[in-house]
Amino acid sequence: MSAHEQFAEDLALYALGSLEGDERQALETHLDGCAACRRELELLRGDVSLLALTAAGPKPPVRARQRLMSAIAAEPRLPVVVATPPDRSQRSWWPTLAWVAVAALVLACIGLLRQNSALQQNLASLQARFSEQGSKLDQANDVVATLLDPEATKIELVAAGSKPQPRGKAIYQRRNRNLIFIASNLPPLPAEKIYELWLFPANGGAPIAAGLFKPDQRGSATLVNPPLPEGVTAKNFVVTLEPESGSHEAPRGTPVIVGLGEGVGE
Amino acid sequence: MKIGVASADSNAIPSDLALVTAIRSADQSAMATLYDRYSSIVYAVALRVLQDTAAAEDVLQDIFMQLWRNPGAFDATRGNMAAWLAVIARHRAIDALRKRRPQDDIEDVIVSVEPDLASEADRSRAMEKVRGAMQTMAPPQRSALEMAYFEGLTHVEIAEKTGEPLGTIKTRIRTGLLSLRKALAA
Repeated sequence: MSAHEQFAEDLALYALGSLEGDERQALETHLDGCAACRRELELLRGDVSLLALTAAGPKPPVRARQRLMSAIAAEPRLPVVVATPPDRSQRSWWPTLAWVAVAALVLACIGLLRQNSALQQNLASLQARFSEQGSKLDQANDVVATLLDPEATKIELVAAGSKPQPRGKAIYQRRNRNLIFIASNLPPLPAEKIYELWLFPANGGAPIAAGLFKPDQRGSATLVNPPLPEGVTAKNFVVTLEPESGSHEAPRGTPVIVGLGEGVGE
Repeated sequence: MKIGVASADSNAIPSDLALVTAIRSADQSAMATLYDRYSSIVYAVALRVLQDTAAAEDVLQDIFMQLWRNPGAFDATRGNMAAWLAVIARHRAIDALRKRRPQDDIEDVIVSVEPDLASEADRSRAMEKVRGAMQTMAPPQRSALEMAYFEGLTHVEIAEKTGEPLGTIKTRIRTGLLSLRKALAA
């Protein structure tokens, strides 16, 4: 029996979960400082649990056992290595496990932080490279835009006192099949005629058509990266005057300007 | 790893503690043994509270699955397994009856009952004594205990329902519980 008779009846109600409101709060406050009443509460809870034995009824159906065992089989657990009954020394595992878990968490966090740092460095490096590539691309675009801009001022410089002559400059890169051709002072085209640039291969093969073009009013024209076959080494470039609608498989017209490469005039 | 159950003395039944230890090692046969030992008590309480076999089976399943998932929730220092399961079964069933969320802290209660009810013989004897004590109680006292335990009514609600004074209900409940303790110890 409780050492504090005034709480005896409330303890019984509390054990049943029936005590509420201020009475419950007052009892819980008392229990915090009263070991005798806590012990009496344990006993009363035991008394309450005995009421379960008064619940006579049918046994649970067989299907309930099958249901449980199936659920357990479907939910295997990793064994927790426990070799002795849970005495006080065994209970001390929990703080240890908690510390191990905390340590593992800290290590995992450190690993993630390092990984994050490495990823950020890689990202910064890629951003720098991207920025550099972007800058180069902008420069290349500026060059091409300047070359192709019909509004750009194009002035040919010649020897003082000499009359400007038709001329052209071809810049060709075999590896990437890049070709830039710039012509100036070309005579105005006759009716139904067009200029055509030809690439003469170094292996002596047939000339390759490298683009049709019409100069502007001042005789200037630019060709950038016309379609060309792969791996052709150029020996020379020639511009001819060709029929506007004719075949361009081979130069038929008169050479207008000829490169200074090998085989000039051939 | 299996512990205790299969290797125990064949003449002795495994203790609740040995079974829980084996369950902690993921021993399904230990779980089956524990279920066979206490499922009747859990189911009877749940069925009495809920008055519905399907709902009672759900409570039964939930409680034993919970024990499988977390056998460490049962601490032998808190009392014996039968009493602990009975407390949880009653609370879970009343929670289900009132359609409220299960109270997690109920597993932490300390329940003291002697003797251990691990053996079938002990359970039968205890059952006989407790039922006998209930039969000898005055009907109003027995009724007050049953309303509080199986219906989860507060003493205020019982007083309102029966028309009895609050103090009377309180006294009946306490003396009724003490008479159960006395009967079991006899």
